[in-house]
Amino acid sequence: MAPGARPVLSIRGLRKSFGSVEVLKGIDLDVRARELVFVIGPSGSGKSTLLRCCNRLEEPTDGSILFDGIDVLSPRTDINAVRRRIGMVFQSFNLYPHMTAAGNVMLALRRVLKKGRAEADAIARAALARVGLADKAGSYPGELSGGQQQRVAIARALALEPVAVLFDEPTSALDPELVGSVLQVMRELREAGMTMVVVSHEMGFARAAADRVLFMDQGEIVEEGPPAQIFGAPRHARTRAFIEQIVRH
Amino acid sequence: MTRWERFLDTFFNVEVMARYLPKIAEGFVVTVELALLVVVSGLALGLLLAVVRTLRVRVLNALIVLYVDLFRALPPLVVIVLVYFGGPAAGWSPSGFVATWLSLAVVLSAFAEEIFWAGILAVPRGQWEAARSTGLGALQTLGWVVLPQAVRMTVPPLTNRTIAITKGTALGSVVAVSEILSSAQTAVSFSFNPSPLTLGAAAYLVLFIPVVMLGRWVETRFAWKR
Repeated sequence: MAPGARPVLSIRGLRKSFGSVEVLKGIDLDVRARELVFVIGPSGSGKSTLLRCCNRLEEPTDGSILFDGIDVLSPRTDINAVRRRIGMVFQSFNLYPHMTAAGNVMLALRRVLKKGRAEADAIARAALARVGLADKAGSYPGELSGGQQQRVAIARALALEPVAVLFDEPTSALDPELVGSVLQVMRELREAGMTMVVVSHEMGFARAAADRVLFMDQGEIVEEGPPAQIFGAPRHARTRAFIEQIVRH
Repeated sequence: MTRWERFLDTFFNVEVMARYLPKIAEGFVVTVELALLVVVSGLALGLLLAVVRTLRVRVLNALIVLYVDLFRALPPLVVIVLVYFGGPAAGWSPSGFVATWLSLAVVLSAFAEEIFWAGILAVPRGQWEAARSTGLGALQTLGWVVLPQAVRMTVPPLTNRTIAITKGTALGSVVAVSEILSSAQTAVSFSFNPSPLTLGAAAYLVLFIPVVMLGRWVETRFAWKR
């Protein structure tokens, strides 16, 4: 499905400092509806911080973020209302260990969207079925493999019917044989037209599924373009060096 | 009288024990009432203080830390005596029961706050972030995600501390609360025989062994698979 013209996420001049260290040095980025934007770059380049600023898990130092027409950084904006419309998937899954898979998915449905138990339960089961875990609704995170846990985390984000989903290294904590199941779910999401921003090192997935690849280094977007260009014919020396390095390994 | 007979007569005089059993039983009821009040109000106040501390308001946190350090450092008996004998000078004359209850509850709340707070800090930051990213507010995240995990982690130290401080109800005997120890001591001075103290000790065992066992059951019940 081709990306729409309307930007869902519009970032201008985004800066973030931790103490005296500036991790984001003025990021401009538009993500259009149904677009899959892939972010690559060496560790410490600011990729994760960029994602975490989008829903204000990190408070940006300067700049502006418009999400679905809402000024995310305005003090008058109800940040909780914005957050429930931006899904987020974490490297370490962050499932609630004291709740079942269904319980994890239902919590925000019940307490944020104020849905009744039966309705929330039905939505949770549908979301778990969507990630191939219909039979694990009653399992606790400790009883699931890493790949299954991450898919529950994706279901937890999807159940709220987000406008976009941010993936922060979703497969980095997984054993190699479990990566495939998570990427499969992400591929299906993309085919269903979900707007996604993905920070990851899964270059094969990026090549196959991304509309656009951003290369970040030292808090800046160094280069961006279609995957064929970034991976095949990078224009910038820093991009070339990074791509060569990961291809060699 | 052989030594053995004298020992039995001193500590296990059945006739004396039978005579003072009703008094000790009354003391038992008072101890149970006092213990329940201390546990419920002490743990509730400790939890409330820990929750307030998560709001990270600098002035409030400084006051909480001061309160906690003060009442963890003071011996409970000193607090009881201060309240009971010092209170009237300040225009407030609590009964021995109220003085003991409030003092022990305050001391328990200080320890409980530290334990709950340590539990809250031990919950990984990712749990907060996951919950907040789905739109839950700070207090909702605390209530539904963080505290259930924090409380589970803190059950063992919390039960230990709760039992230790609840046993301090015996200190009420100093300020004329007719709980188990005080009833037993009164009985000793009337009968000129220490057997009621044995009875009192037995009453403490009857009360606290089930509590210790309950604590262990709660620990296993609240453990979950990781």
